[in-house]
Amino acid sequence: MEMILFFVLAFVAIGCAINLVLQAHPISSAISLIGVMVSLAGLYLLLGAEFIAAAQIIVYAGAIMVLFTFVIMLLNTGAEPPGRMNNLGRFLGLPLLFVMVGLLAVVLVQVVPPTQEVKFGNFTSGGAADVGMLLFTKYVLPFEATSVLILVAILGAVVLAMKEMD
Amino acid sequence: MDFLTNTGVPISWYLILSAILFTIGASGFLIRRNIITVFMCIELMLNAVNLSFISFSYMWRQVDGHIITFFVMVVAAAEAAVGLAIILTIYKNRGTLQIDQINTLKN
Repeated sequence: MEMILFFVLAFVAIGCAINLVLQAHPISSAISLIGVMVSLAGLYLLLGAEFIAAAQIIVYAGAIMVLFTFVIMLLNTGAEPPGRMNNLGRFLGLPLLFVMVGLLAVVLVQVVPPTQEVKFGNFTSGGAADVGMLLFTKYVLPFEATSVLILVAILGAVVLAMKEMD
Repeated sequence: MDFLTNTGVPISWYLILSAILFTIGASGFLIRRNIITVFMCIELMLNAVNLSFISFSYMWRQVDGHIITFFVMVVAAAEAAVGLAIILTIYKNRGTLQIDQINTLKN
């Protein structure tokens, strides 16, 4: 069952990712990215990360992608004109891509012990209680630092928007 | 069908999926010309790295990887807010989103 779910979610994720790169219109790319994020949330559930799966749906697919689609529709610049690519990129790009994926796969298979298997239910400490406990004890200082980061980001966005109004 | 129904998925397959998604994102970052699509490819790469963090967290049976993923999400949200504000300002000033034509810093 895990195998079937993994393959379905992985193929949806890879197909949507390829669609993201190949679509000419940004809004199609944004919808594909939402597909990638939702299938990744399913994979997180298979890995026992319940809290992160919920946060992935709410924060990524909900907040960030709505912001993206909002800006795309606000600007409404239409499809991207076909780019010019030199011969090196056109004929060598795809083979080099496969070489990179193959190298990464070989290294990963050799480094990670093959006895490690993902069975649903073997790792259950990914709920909100465990994540919150660790977040507010061991990682409380980085957590506070991210609040400062969010504040700075809000101020930066407001300053940029004000500059736009002038 | 016993292979499909009873055995678990090797953890390296999750990591290979993460590597594939990261490579697709990196190639899109290089070949696309629309600045919003380039930005979305960066988000795709961040998501791929998140998947490998969660996989390693499962592998070592520790929750620390989940915390790092949470921080990556927060940073991505902040980055999206500031980045999209910059994109709006660029479009207001230059009237284009093609990164070939936004080369003010070149000379």
